[in-house]
Amino acid sequence: IFSKASISLEDSESSSETDEDEQPVRRQEGSTDLSAEYWGIQKLAKYVKGGDPTATLIALCSMRDFNLSEETCQLAIKDTGCLEVLINLLDTEEIKCQTGSLKILKEISQNILIRHAIADLGGLEIMVKILDSPDTNLKCLAAETIANVARFKRARKIVRKHGGIKKLVELLQSISVASSYQAKDTETVRCAALALWSCSKSTKNKKAIRKAGGIPLLARWLKCSHANILIPMVGTLQECASEPSYRLAIRTEGMIENLVKNLSSEHEELQMHCASAIFKCAEDEEIRDLVRKHEGLQPLSALLDKSENKQLLAAVTGAIWKCAISRENVLKFQEYKTIETLVTLLTDQPEEVLINVIGALGECCQEEENRGTIRRSGGIAPMVTLLTATNPALLVNVNKAVGGCAMEPENMAIIDSLDGVRLLWSLLKNPNPDVQASAAWALCPCVENAKNSGEMVRSFVGGLELIVNLLKSKDKEVLTSVCAAIANIAKDQENLAVMTDHGVVPLLSKLANTNNNKLRRHLAEAIAHCCMWGSNRVAFGEAKAVAPLARYLKSKDPLVHRATAQALYQLSEDPNNCVIMHENGVVKLLLAMVGSTDDTLQEAAAGCIANIRRLALATEKAKYG
Amino acid sequence: AAMSRKGRKLLVDSLTRSAKHFTKSEVECLIKLFDTLVAKASSQFAGAGFDRTVFRDTLYNAFGMTDNVVLDRVFGIFDKDNTGCITVEEWVEGLAVLLRGTLEEKMKYCFTIYDLNGDGYISKEEMFQMLKHSLLIQPADEEPDEGVKDLVEIALKKMASTYFFVLFLLQDYDHDGKLSFTDFEKAVRDENLLLEAFGPCLPDIK
Repeated sequence: IFSKASISLEDSESSSETDEDEQPVRRQEGSTDLSAEYWGIQKLAKYVKGGDPTATLIALCSMRDFNLSEETCQLAIKDTGCLEVLINLLDTEEIKCQTGSLKILKEISQNILIRHAIADLGGLEIMVKILDSPDTNLKCLAAETIANVARFKRARKIVRKHGGIKKLVELLQSISVASSYQAKDTETVRCAALALWSCSKSTKNKKAIRKAGGIPLLARWLKCSHANILIPMVGTLQECASEPSYRLAIRTEGMIENLVKNLSSEHEELQMHCASAIFKCAEDEEIRDLVRKHEGLQPLSALLDKSENKQLLAAVTGAIWKCAISRENVLKFQEYKTIETLVTLLTDQPEEVLINVIGALGECCQEEENRGTIRRSGGIAPMVTLLTATNPALLVNVNKAVGGCAMEPENMAIIDSLDGVRLLWSLLKNPNPDVQASAAWALCPCVENAKNSGEMVRSFVGGLELIVNLLKSKDKEVLTSVCAAIANIAKDQENLAVMTDHGVVPLLSKLANTNNNKLRRHLAEAIAHCCMWGSNRVAFGEAKAVAPLARYLKSKDPLVHRATAQALYQLSEDPNNCVIMHENGVVKLLLAMVGSTDDTLQEAAAGCIANIRRLALATEKAKYG
Repeated sequence: AAMSRKGRKLLVDSLTRSAKHFTKSEVECLIKLFDTLVAKASSQFAGAGFDRTVFRDTLYNAFGMTDNVVLDRVFGIFDKDNTGCITVEEWVEGLAVLLRGTLEEKMKYCFTIYDLNGDGYISKEEMFQMLKHSLLIQPADEEPDEGVKDLVEIALKKMASTYFFVLFLLQDYDHDGKLSFTDFEKAVRDENLLLEAFGPCLPDIK
């Protein structure tokens, strides 16, 4: 039932399973002829409505002989008014009738129209009440039916509003994990877990589960060895892992150990949910470390071989991707030859797998050795091909990976020969700002490492105008990445001249008033490099870029200092700029940096101060002859 | 007749064995209860047991069982030697099934109750007898008994293995479909809710 893996991390409703919130539309019936099932069920409905409990039971049991998983039967039950009767039966105190009714409701609630109808008729509230029943079998049936019905948002809300979450969590306590595994006892836990899993797709329910004390129970049950209990437990955990409070608990309650252990289960569904949970919580560095410490990286890598099961593969590649954010994990993956395996997954895979594979490779590229490994495994070509994809999430990851690989000159040659740089440049036109930004970031190493880089850039028709115009974007990340790219492009004089013609100086200057350190750094670098043409230094001064730059020196970020010092040094070649710098107290701030251990900073600071002093001296001389 | 302590102990032991589902202390409680009932009853049986009336009252007070027809049949099951008097053995052994019977024991018990003429089959007529008051709302345009007959057919269809076979051969419903114990047992194993299909005859859990 709950087979789709949850991949997207940005959904506020967590699961990427299509949510059925709109009122479902009934497929038009072909003929007006009512089926045999319709009449059969209508006849039985008569006895359910008009009979005493004995007659009702006979009719209910007979109803189960119809194929309740077939839509015609399901809809017949609804259309004959039998659904209302079934729900009314739930409201009686007759345990046998409630049981008989729930057995049917459990089956037919697989149908989306029926689910909505059950909720509309107030069936959910009654089922929640039944969770208090002394009859174990009845409780299980109620929980399982709730699990089916709660597959849309409104239903999940109803369950919560009627105290259902709390009751379900309490059912998890009904027996202790270590006690004997009598099927009947664990059945309650299994059914409650299924219901919680369904309900946990709503953000408010995740909170409710936590408030009801669900997390320690999940942790406890994670230690059991029954797959049919573990699956809904891990499923729930994996749904909730998007919440920081759950991730904290996952860390502190030792759940990673169990998740890792179950990666080696023989049930693929369980493996998938464990990998998915790790995928979701490996956002946290501590969890990434815990996965490594509990030796989880090796089983993850081994699972890459199960490439037929695409959902499993997507979850595993996702987990590997996020784990690879930590360098120590990347080193481990190198041992297991994970990178080579990932490269083989770059072709013929569904998008949800590709996004994660490429994300993982992108992270692995941070390690120099892997850039070579990817090339030797033939990974560059498929990566460049992916630059033509349309899915934004995929593109963002591809850009990062290509950029990572481009840091290696040998890779760069291949990328260039496959027209990769032009493809990246075209992505600057993509409407999605994340794609634009990641493309710009990737262009930095490309421009730096390509042979005949300047010529290459010039060969992209309209390319320089395009990138300069991106300085008008409202997205901070786009601005930052474009500044970084421009800083690189500006190292070529001809290209700098063209960019100047396209108005790069005023556009950069307009951005100067920012408090964002990352932007400041790359902006200052861009300004520094753009000073080296014609009268740009003067132009920057006139565009009022100098004073804001002076303020950057007050930041605490050493990378900002370095870039700013370089920019100021270049700008200080123009006397007017020196005056402004002096007025803004630059000398004092730079003096503190002259003693820095960063050579570049030291030199730039010293150089700038020297220029300012020289001008001051000259002014003095001019004044006093 | 009053029993000696040794005799009493022997009785408890033997009953614990034969009833199977009670502990010794539970058997003792049941025997005490039996003695109380006998004391209240008429001295018809010279203290050896109590009669149908006391039995019916006891089961009503203890378990809320009200259907006299059913209660009579239950009495018949308890009263294995057909003396019209429930002895202490019959009492304990009967309750063992009623309260703690395994599914097999309960199935045999229920079947015996429903098999009104004791011929080893639950016939359509017997089903009709038991279900004839089960329809509370009769549709106006139907003959009063039609609904019940229909219900009987539904029950038979659900539970009798011979039903479909016969239906294919004969076009009318007038064949003699009936339920053997094997049919009943299979149906109940398949769906436990059908144990008391023709009317409540076991104590309610509540």
